Amino acid sequence: MKTFEYTPATEIGEAVGALGPDAAFLAGGTNLVDLMKLGVATPDTLVDINRLPLRDVEELPGGGLRIGAGVRNSDLAAHPVVRRDFPVLSQALLAGASGQLRNMATTGGNLLQRTRCRYFMDMTKPCNKHEPGTGCPAREGDHRNLAILGASEHCVATHPSDMAVALAALDATVHVTGPVGDRTVLFGDLHRLPGDTPHIDTTLEHGELITGVDLPAPSRNSAYRKARDRASYAFAVGSVAAVLDTAEGRIENVRIAWGAVAHKPWRATRAEEALRGQAPTRENFLAAADAELAAAEPLRDNGFKLALLRNMTATVLEGLA
Amino acid sequence: MTSTVENTVGRPLGRIEGPAKVTGEALYAAEYPVKDVTYAWVVQSPVPRGTLNAVVVDPLTEDDDVLAVLWHGNAPGLEDAGDPELAVLQSDRISYRGQAVALVVARTLEAARRAALEVRLDIAAEPHDALLRADHPELYTPEKVNPDFPAESRIGDVDAALAAAPVTVDVRYETPALHNNPMEPHATIAVWEGDDLLLYDSNQHGPGVAGTVAAAFGLTPDRVHVINEHVGGGFGSKGTARPNAVLAALAAKVVGRPVKLALPRQALFSMVGYRTPTMQHIRLGAERDGRLTAVSHEAVEQTSQLFEFAEQTTTITRHMYAAANRYTGHKLVRLDVPTPRWMRAPGEAPGMVGLECAMDELAERLGLDPIELRVRNEPDAEPESGVPFSSRHYVECLREGARRFGWAGREHRPRLRREGDWLIGTGVAGASYPTMAQPSTARVTLGADGTASVAIAASDIGTGARTILTQIAADELGLPASDIRMRIGDSTLPMASVAGGSSGSASWGWAVTEACRELRRTGRSEVTFDTSELIAQQEKDGKHAFGAHFAEVRVDTVTGEVRVSRMLGVFAAGRILNPRTARSQFLGGMTMGMGMALHEEGVLDSRTGDWVNHDLAEYHVPVHADIENIEAVWLEEHDADVNPMGSKGIGEIGIVGSPAAIVNAVWHATGVRVRDLPVRLDKLLPHL
Ligand SMILES: Cc1cc2nc3c(=O)[nH]c(=O)nc-3n(C[C@H](O)[C@H](O)[C@H](O)COP(=O)(O)OP(=O)(O)OC[C@H]3O[C@@H](n4cnc5c(N)ncnc54)[C@H](O)[C@@H]3O)c2cc1C
Ligand code: SF4
Repeated sequence: MKTFEYTPATEIGEAVGALGPDAAFLAGGTNLVDLMKLGVATPDTLVDINRLPLRDVEELPGGGLRIGAGVRNSDLAAHPVVRRDFPVLSQALLAGASGQLRNMATTGGNLLQRTRCRYFMDMTKPCNKHEPGTGCPAREGDHRNLAILGASEHCVATHPSDMAVALAALDATVHVTGPVGDRTVLFGDLHRLPGDTPHIDTTLEHGELITGVDLPAPSRNSAYRKARDRASYAFAVGSVAAVLDTAEGRIENVRIAWGAVAHKPWRATRAEEALRGQAPTRENFLAAADAELAAAEPLRDNGFKLALLRNMTATVLEGLA
Repeated sequence: MTSTVENTVGRPLGRIEGPAKVTGEALYAAEYPVKDVTYAWVVQSPVPRGTLNAVVVDPLTEDDDVLAVLWHGNAPGLEDAGDPELAVLQSDRISYRGQAVALVVARTLEAARRAALEVRLDIAAEPHDALLRADHPELYTPEKVNPDFPAESRIGDVDAALAAAPVTVDVRYETPALHNNPMEPHATIAVWEGDDLLLYDSNQHGPGVAGTVAAAFGLTPDRVHVINEHVGGGFGSKGTARPNAVLAALAAKVVGRPVKLALPRQALFSMVGYRTPTMQHIRLGAERDGRLTAVSHEAVEQTSQLFEFAEQTTTITRHMYAAANRYTGHKLVRLDVPTPRWMRAPGEAPGMVGLECAMDELAERLGLDPIELRVRNEPDAEPESGVPFSSRHYVECLREGARRFGWAGREHRPRLRREGDWLIGTGVAGASYPTMAQPSTARVTLGADGTASVAIAASDIGTGARTILTQIAADELGLPASDIRMRIGDSTLPMASVAGGSSGSASWGWAVTEACRELRRTGRSEVTFDTSELIAQQEKDGKHAFGAHFAEVRVDTVTGEVRVSRMLGVFAAGRILNPRTARSQFLGGMTMGMGMALHEEGVLDSRTGDWVNHDLAEYHVPVHADIENIEAVWLEEHDADVNPMGSKGIGEIGIVGSPAAIVNAVWHATGVRVRDLPVRLDKLLPHL
């Protein structure tokens, strides 16, 4: 591990100001510190943001919520308003990692955790995410759990978060503050597809701090489902977050997001379009999933994700219908 | 001495060192406070085959805290210690990815680790081959397989019998590379005191490590002192000295200060051994009533360029079932991979996947209860050696398991039980493990106060050995357990065999028993007893523990996810010396069996020659949530032929057969035979 400086910050402005060109914010550290030990992340300074006043969950007028970036995953999952009004979020959080990790992991850190691609996690391997132009060994190598949608020839990594999939389905917005001021980012615009710059995960500028995430009005009829290789403590091999409202036998409002299929939490907009105004039947749900999956480009070993996502999407929506 | 004290053998004594462990007082190898200790970090080869021309340390990044960067260009020479993996930093040859090619020693762990990232390796890489294939052109039949069995056995004419059999099964099963992954990594602190070497080392055999490391440094074994008082598991991977012990000792010699080397988790995947992947071909021929006429079991497996390690995958088939015509064989290929080594039930664990899944397939063909099929093929004596079994209660285990599990009335056709989205099924498989004992020596000393002290260089790797030996000594001496002081975990104590082959309690317990008996017989206050002669006289064949595994699984038709609702193991494993520690061993083995069936897999990237999922986030073992209902029970069995305690080894039998029971249950639930482990959702989903 490279030698680094450690700077605890107590105020937001101070944290942003302290972040030099090779520095990184330290939240729960459950991803960043691992990557530092592996030599994948090599910050010269850690600006500790755990003491910033970002640990509250506030109710907004209109029934929305403002979640501080420092709120721990366990606290957010257990929050009574989250459980009542945004069950998809609570379920997604509880499906992630382990109790110990969730006690440390924060809202901001969870969003910005990096891919679990096994080549990315190993500095003795080439990887376009380490250094563009060095190649993508996953494409022909181990990629069973990598992307089927939105990938590029340069990178087929997936975003590993469960929580982020729920936030994608909830139409969240992300508050950011940085050297040039504050801004708000639509959740769907936060993460990027790899294209030919796979080393860039998000649209945030270096030095921008996530301060919080807003959720709009409640989505009580919502659910999260995750498939994984063991009963707990495993990243998703496919997941579905969905919100569904029906009236008079027709779908009024539907939002679907998929996890473990792309470089970002994947909002299934084609599937949503196919469903709006339709009857909430299994056939329609399956057809909608197929509409979304039409663009999928599975690799040698991850074609099973098509059937997985198709089945899970229909089953989750049926459960909500 | 009086015998009014109640017997303690057979009672559920808690682990003696339990409180020390849970309070953190118990010291593991890397935790001993040693003055002036320095830290080492291994640099591993990034290529699977080639020549290391140089290790270059950039003077610009040189760090005052770094004391040495050792490689074959500057490391002191070592003697041949009988294991090429221990000839560390001796040659420019790179034989596998992950091989130790340099070692950084520094004043701090951080500096060692940092420098290890920064040294530059000048390597001439060569084309390599790391992929096991059933049709590999360089497959060969080894002379022997482990520990000392003929690689092949042939009785009658299998091909003719198969051709004539009215019902046959001809299937191939594959098991992946599996990695031992004990909780405590391999670790050593090496301290030279003149020409004497003290090693705090995490291993399963202190005297063995002392002897091997002594050989490497050209010393007599008594000059090396190994302490392994507490060991956080090994599963076979700490059975002999591993490179960490030699590297630490070498480095300590060079820097003139004690050196601590604890391998990081990633290095455990390549540096300390693993279970070879196997490709098995099983052919069974049977009469319509289920009686086997032919059994053929062949295995293809790998070894390294350095060392021939031949896993005994099909030897268990030599004594499971009666059949007049039989063949078992092994083929190896040397690949550019790390040397595979022992992992819990080497041979038996993968071999019983092939055999017991094939038996299930035969039961399906016959439309017969898979338990009944097994019962009909019960042999009178060991089918290949002809030696009678010292005790064999396999059928009783199957029957008792069936009763407890609620097997009666099972519909044997698959895919008939459904609850919501879940398909439900049950499966059974047999278990067996050889009963062995190895020479050991114990010393018993009576104190003036009537208490006794027992000394033996045994290793307790978390199994409860210390506790069981205390119980044995207490009963033999007629003392309460609290009056016995048990000293183990130190190679300078009387010589003991390895904590391996499920033979620890038998071997060490035997020596302790004889020493105590002689002490009582002679009235002396100290006796040292060596069991070598007794064990040399013993008949080795025909001694096995048996068992039966039952599993109920459910498979989610939406995702293909498998969950194990129930596991039951029934064992006939001799006298159970301590039901509490025994139960832990059985359950631990069964849990590991679940891992083998459903989770564990070293994922090889053949282009780089390494396992890409080399950490515990990516290499999955079962977690608590995977274990819903698991139970181990045993039959009363006392086998006076095996050792004076009447006990058989229990550390490994739990992983033998349990994977097959789960795989068979998955078939029963879904109608899908997954023949390459682990059974994962991607292999099931397309067929659901
Ligand atoms: C073994 C294991 C299993 C796991 N399993 C799962 C799983 O099943 N599902 C799942 O979703 N996750 C899983 N995780 C990942 C876990 O959820 C993340 O590591 C965690 O959410 C990261 O949060 P953190 O606060 O610890 O982030 P850190 O590690 O502190 O930071 C992560 C990144 O975010 C940046 N950052 C943090 N906060 C901010 C901020 N406010 N503004 C700007 N930048 C910021 C940091 O600089 C860093 O680059 C697992 C992790 C491990 C180690
Ligand atoms: S998928 Fe992306 S992260 Fe993985 S190896 Fe390829 S470029 Fe690197």
